[in-house]
Amino acid sequence: YTAGGSSGAAKVVAAGLLTVGGGVGGTILYAKWDHKFRAAVENNVPYSDWLLGLALGPAYQGDIMKQVRMDSQHVWVIIADSVVAPHTELPLRERPVEEVAARLAQQDQKEQDTLSSVSASLEECLASSAKATLQAIGAQEAAVQAITQHIHKLKEAMEAEVPPPEKSSQWKDLEAALADRTSAVNDAETALLKAKEALDSLKSEIDKSKGLKVSAVRPLVLAAEENLHNMVVDLDRVVTKLQSAESESKIVSQYSDLVNEAKLQFQREVSSLTPEIQANWKGLTGKLSADDLNALIAHAHRRIDQLNRELAEQRVREQIHIDASLEQQKLEDQKALEKAVLTAVQHIKEDTRLEQERKLSELREVMEAEMRTQLRRQAAAHTDHVQDVLKVQEQELRADAEQVLGSKLLEQETSYRQLSQEQLDNFTLDMNTAYARLKGMEEAIDSHVVAEEEARKAHQLWLSVEALNYSLKMADADSPTMPLESAAQAVRDSCHDNDFALALATALPEESLQRGVYSEASLRARFNALRALVRRVALVDETHNSLYQYFLSYLQAALLFEAKQEAPPGQLCSEDLDPFRLLSYASFCLEHGDLELAAKLVNQLRGEARRVVEDWLTEARLTLETRQVVSLLSAYANAVGLGTTQAP
Amino acid sequence: MSEKELGKKWDRCLADGAIKFGTGLGLGIVFSVLFFKRHTWPISLCSGAGLGMAFSNCQNDLRSSYLLHRSQKEQ
Repeated sequence: YTAGGSSGAAKVVAAGLLTVGGGVGGTILYAKWDHKFRAAVENNVPYSDWLLGLALGPAYQGDIMKQVRMDSQHVWVIIADSVVAPHTELPLRERPVEEVAARLAQQDQKEQDTLSSVSASLEECLASSAKATLQAIGAQEAAVQAITQHIHKLKEAMEAEVPPPEKSSQWKDLEAALADRTSAVNDAETALLKAKEALDSLKSEIDKSKGLKVSAVRPLVLAAEENLHNMVVDLDRVVTKLQSAESESKIVSQYSDLVNEAKLQFQREVSSLTPEIQANWKGLTGKLSADDLNALIAHAHRRIDQLNRELAEQRVREQIHIDASLEQQKLEDQKALEKAVLTAVQHIKEDTRLEQERKLSELREVMEAEMRTQLRRQAAAHTDHVQDVLKVQEQELRADAEQVLGSKLLEQETSYRQLSQEQLDNFTLDMNTAYARLKGMEEAIDSHVVAEEEARKAHQLWLSVEALNYSLKMADADSPTMPLESAAQAVRDSCHDNDFALALATALPEESLQRGVYSEASLRARFNALRALVRRVALVDETHNSLYQYFLSYLQAALLFEAKQEAPPGQLCSEDLDPFRLLSYASFCLEHGDLELAAKLVNQLRGEARRVVEDWLTEARLTLETRQVVSLLSAYANAVGLGTTQAP
Repeated sequence: MSEKELGKKWDRCLADGAIKFGTGLGLGIVFSVLFFKRHTWPISLCSGAGLGMAFSNCQNDLRSSYLLHRSQKEQ
């Protein structure tokens, strides 16, 4: 059972621990998730903040606040950006006049530079292209010359009947001429190419300068273009001449070729007929026989027939050939015409374009002149307007300035007046203060004198009071002091104008004046002697005053022991009115120098004891009274003395 | 001095007592011798009477300050 019990207990303990652990863990997890819950738990459950801090780290102080702050910051940033963005635009500002002038000057300078450069380049190009063109033209002309020469020579060679050596020289000349022609033609071609190149470059240059869009360049450009055009035209003309010469030469060469061919054919025929005959058929005379001659004549007849037939054929074909050639020529002519037309059209186009450009430039100049006049007129109008506006402004500004001047003057006047008034006031103030100070000083001096007088008197009073005090102190042990009359008189003398002191001085009791007072020590001694007596008659009073009572009282005194001295309480209760107690209190007071309290206490005695201490009490009263008066006087004298004494 | 008064009173008392006692004693002796056959009782009687008178006087003297005297009453 115990085992079961213990297991049951263990089960309970385990369940309890599990519950507690689960509760704590759940609390911690939930606190981790929900901060308000965490705060609530920390506030209400002591030491939970420590535990939660240990488990989760410090709580987020104002986590929510931070989020809010971040959001607001975003919003603020957005707002700030949108506000700031418009401000980043640069305001358009008017360029100042100097800048404009500078820019214009700069622009002019640039124009000038470009103009000069362009003109230089154009001139250069023009020069080079002119040179090239001239060269080309010269070459072409030379080529034409060479061609014509060659043709002429060829014709001569074809048709002239000259002896063989000359023929050979002629052929040599012809060959030379041919060589010349070919070289001339080549030169012409190269020159033409060069010229064309130069012209192309010039054209590109012109285009480039046109692309610069500078107005001053235009006339130059125009001139260059015209030159170019002329050069192109000349070149083309020369080229056509060359081409025609070439075509002619071709015809002539063809003709010469044909003739050569016919010659060769005939020679071949003759050689075929008579192989032993030499090539040059013109030198055939004398070497041939009759057969050869017959054969030759037959051949010749045959040849003549053939030729006649060929001629007839040729005549027939001639027409066709002529037609064909006419056609061809027509075609070629057409082509040439087309080409010529094209070139002419191009030239005309160029001309017209140049004309247009020239007209445009003229017009532009005219427009510019007009614009200038208009601008001048506008400038004049503007200056007039500006003058008017300036006049008006001047008026306004003058009025403003005068107003400002008037107000400032007024201000100055008022301030000056104010200052002078102030000065005056200050002066009067100073005078017043000086006068017041003077008066004050006089008063001070007077009061000083008075005060000194007072001080002297107070001093005297004090001295007399001190004398009185001294005489009061100078008392022998058992005898009273000397009579205080003289001292009191001295005091009275020294204060006959002071009511307070006078009253005090007269308040001294007669006894003290006549007889003097006992000192405290003597009173103390007397009391000590009295004490025993009072103890002995403690029980005797008005009702109990038989001798038996006396006996009892004496017995009580013998048997009762009380404290020699006992500190009196603040308030007397009914028990303290016991004579023995009173005596011990009074003794204590006397020992401590408090005569007044001792007298008060002794005053509480009743009956016989009271009768016994009556004299002592009166003496004590007297002493006290005198002492009081004297102390008052002394205090008064001290006060007066302090009041009048001047510190060094 | 008021404190001396009591002493004075006691002095008077004692003096008075002594006198009265002595006187009583004498008278007692006289009487005892003369009239009462030398008995002691008249001696003690007279001395006692003397003492008693002294006592009474002393008491009266001591009380006197508390009693209103005729002169005072009249005043």
